Amino acid sequence: MREGSSMREGPSIREGWARFRRSHEFWLLIVVVVLCVLLSVTTDSFLTLQNLFDLLTSNAFVGVLCAGLLVVIVAGGIDISFTATATVAQYVAMSVAVAYGGNWLSVFAIACGVGVLCGFVNAFVIYTFKIKSIIVTIATLNIFYGVLIFVTRGNYIYSLPDWFATGINWFAFERDEIPYSLNFQMLMLVAVFALTWFLLNRTNIGRQIYAMGGNPDAAQRLGFNLFRLHLIVYGYMGFVAGIASLVQAQLAQSVAPTVLVGKELDVLAAVVLGGASLLGGVGTVFGTILGLTLLAIMQNGLVLLGVSSYWSQFFVGLVILLSVSVTAVSMARSNRSRKARA
Amino acid sequence: MAAFLELRNISKIFGGVHALRQVDLAVEAGEVHCLVGENGSGKSTLIKIVSGVAAPERGGEIVIDGQSFERLTPGESTRLGIQVIYQDLSLFPNLTVAENIAVGAHLDGVRLVDWGRIRAKARAAMARIGVSLDLEAKVAGLSVATRQLVAICRAMAADARFVIMDEPTSSLTRHEVESLLSLVEDLRAKGISIMFVSHRLNEVREVAERVTVLRDGSKVGTFSAREIDDKKLAALMTGKSFSYTLSEIQPGKLPVALSVENLTRTGEYEDVSFEVHAGEILGITGLLGSGRTELALSLFGMTQPDSGKILIEGREVSFRSPRDAVDQGIAYVPEDRLTQGLVLDQPISANIVVTVLDKLAARFHLIDPRERRATVDKWVSDLSIKVSDPENPVKTLSGGNQQRVVLAKWMARQPRVLILDSPTVGVDISAKDGIYEIVKRLAADGIAVIMISDEIPEVLYHSHRILVMRAGRLSGEHIPFRSSEQDLMAAVNA
Repeated sequence: MREGSSMREGPSIREGWARFRRSHEFWLLIVVVVLCVLLSVTTDSFLTLQNLFDLLTSNAFVGVLCAGLLVVIVAGGIDISFTATATVAQYVAMSVAVAYGGNWLSVFAIACGVGVLCGFVNAFVIYTFKIKSIIVTIATLNIFYGVLIFVTRGNYIYSLPDWFATGINWFAFERDEIPYSLNFQMLMLVAVFALTWFLLNRTNIGRQIYAMGGNPDAAQRLGFNLFRLHLIVYGYMGFVAGIASLVQAQLAQSVAPTVLVGKELDVLAAVVLGGASLLGGVGTVFGTILGLTLLAIMQNGLVLLGVSSYWSQFFVGLVILLSVSVTAVSMARSNRSRKARA
Repeated sequence: MAAFLELRNISKIFGGVHALRQVDLAVEAGEVHCLVGENGSGKSTLIKIVSGVAAPERGGEIVIDGQSFERLTPGESTRLGIQVIYQDLSLFPNLTVAENIAVGAHLDGVRLVDWGRIRAKARAAMARIGVSLDLEAKVAGLSVATRQLVAICRAMAADARFVIMDEPTSSLTRHEVESLLSLVEDLRAKGISIMFVSHRLNEVREVAERVTVLRDGSKVGTFSAREIDDKKLAALMTGKSFSYTLSEIQPGKLPVALSVENLTRTGEYEDVSFEVHAGEILGITGLLGSGRTELALSLFGMTQPDSGKILIEGREVSFRSPRDAVDQGIAYVPEDRLTQGLVLDQPISANIVVTVLDKLAARFHLIDPRERRATVDKWVSDLSIKVSDPENPVKTLSGGNQQRVVLAKWMARQPRVLILDSPTVGVDISAKDGIYEIVKRLAADGIAVIMISDEIPEVLYHSHRILVMRAGRLSGEHIPFRSSEQDLMAAVNA
């Protein structure tokens, strides 16, 4: 009952490793590494600089959203509306930039501002009326999206400002006559994951989010301000959706009101595959990155292996099912062995 | 000794009902005080007022450490050193031990987390009560007893001077209760006052000096813990007096309803053999983890034994699922009636008839509403379930009445063997008595009853024969009229 002492400063490296070996992330990492090795051996193009850059760039939109959704899921909620939020944010920010000009700062301010506002709407309704977040965000997805389609009549914006269309190309270099650079998409992907990690692990707000997700009643009894936490969580999701919308617009070089909605489940799949629990309180940035990576290289690998893209959805589904089943079985087993020991 | 906490003339009205009526209460510094009362007697309202969650009516006074307040806010209460350890412990299962203990460091404003300070705070709190836990372990993986230590450490980390423990012993084994009580003794020696909210007086009598009894929102009185016993306490809490009587029967003369031969399920129970007769109440007791509940689950087909036989009226049977057990006339009322026995949001009537839907089916497999109504009415009146309307959801009933609904659901099936696992957990004394009466009546009607419980008096006063389980094995048989509570306690803990 009174367990082993640890009077040292913090956990030792050995203890940390032992804990990591039992974690969901450890197994996910092994699967990712094995998959990478297999694809490197079986295809010529997987382990190339070009493929790596393509993978990062094309998955940046979903990846950025994953970071935001992770925070919501850790808090014990769920958000379905973020693609609609992103579409609205993107359309407003780019319309303003096209009509009145602007710069990076102004498009970020507008896109993220609109995103945060949409998030606050979700937080307000979920907290005030104590409605399940899935219901509220399905409704707001339709509302945000419906209003946008009505106002824009579904029209695209093609001619984005030059400075935006050019984007960012840092550390540009050329190899085998192919240009490479650290682009806007990669930069944002790294920045948002870093920011999310910092929020969740290094601020007291992040720890309150974990606590609320783990036991909301206890959080309330301890005097956590749950309304403020809801605003922060859903506001952050909206903020991140604003960034994601710019990432996507810059890549597509256009704004289309109809292309983002429908991607919610890809994002949700990556986060859940990364070990976040829909019951709340559980999930890490590292796990989410692995979940995203696994889905991305699996789809990429299937294409490189020449498998029809119709099959890739089938495999994505299969991998998610396998992953959650393995986790559930190993949990049940460890419960029974603990019982047998007691 | 000076009083740390003094309540004067405290009343509370919720929607026209007096939850508390002019209660006076004083707890000395360094005193262990026990607060008892039935559900609805005002215990939780009192806790809410002291912890600042609820405000008392005007005219009352709360004096803490010499300072007088008309009411407290949760913040003030915490600052004055008042900590409540709720029955569910209010821990965060997904966080580490260190973070749970030092969770107060996450409150207030927005700032960065200093993990070194969190660990230091947790370590200091553990040192104060002399325990040492793995700081990096997740609380989800800890036993209930260890979680309780974490909750106590958290109170220490918040500089507690007065700790209220709500039903702290209800899910602990005897051995764990003893460690808890010795810990409480240590806290008292440090000048910390403790208020136990508990029914189990025999457990806290060793450490509690005084007992305050509440009934219907009023204080019945404060008594020295040494001058009252369980029976007197029951009378004070309910205003009624109870007698425990059970007619002696000779099981040997009754037909065997169920027998078990060398039943084994590795890691849970081993080589268990016994028989239970029609009309007999067989008590099975043992510590948490002794295999008593696991055995019951196998008798009901929830798990399958690795070897051994189960016989019903002399015929060997094997249960692949609870369905098979039900078909053979076995009924099981689980320990946790809320999660295993009832669908709380569904009407009382639907919960009662769920086991007999096949019998109610008329033409085209549709349910005959008149038959359904008749079945519901019969069991509601037979088991004296207090309902205003059987179409209300089960969750609107009190704990004791919910337990009766679970009983009704299984009795509707007219079983030969009824297995009750801890039938009165979380039930008031007077409601308990009602349940025992029903069980006796069922046995008198010829049903074989197996009553599993870790409360020694429960099996001692309400069964004809008692089996003791220890570490997965049956370790002895006792006859109530020839064994005392102490004998049985010794056998269980041996």
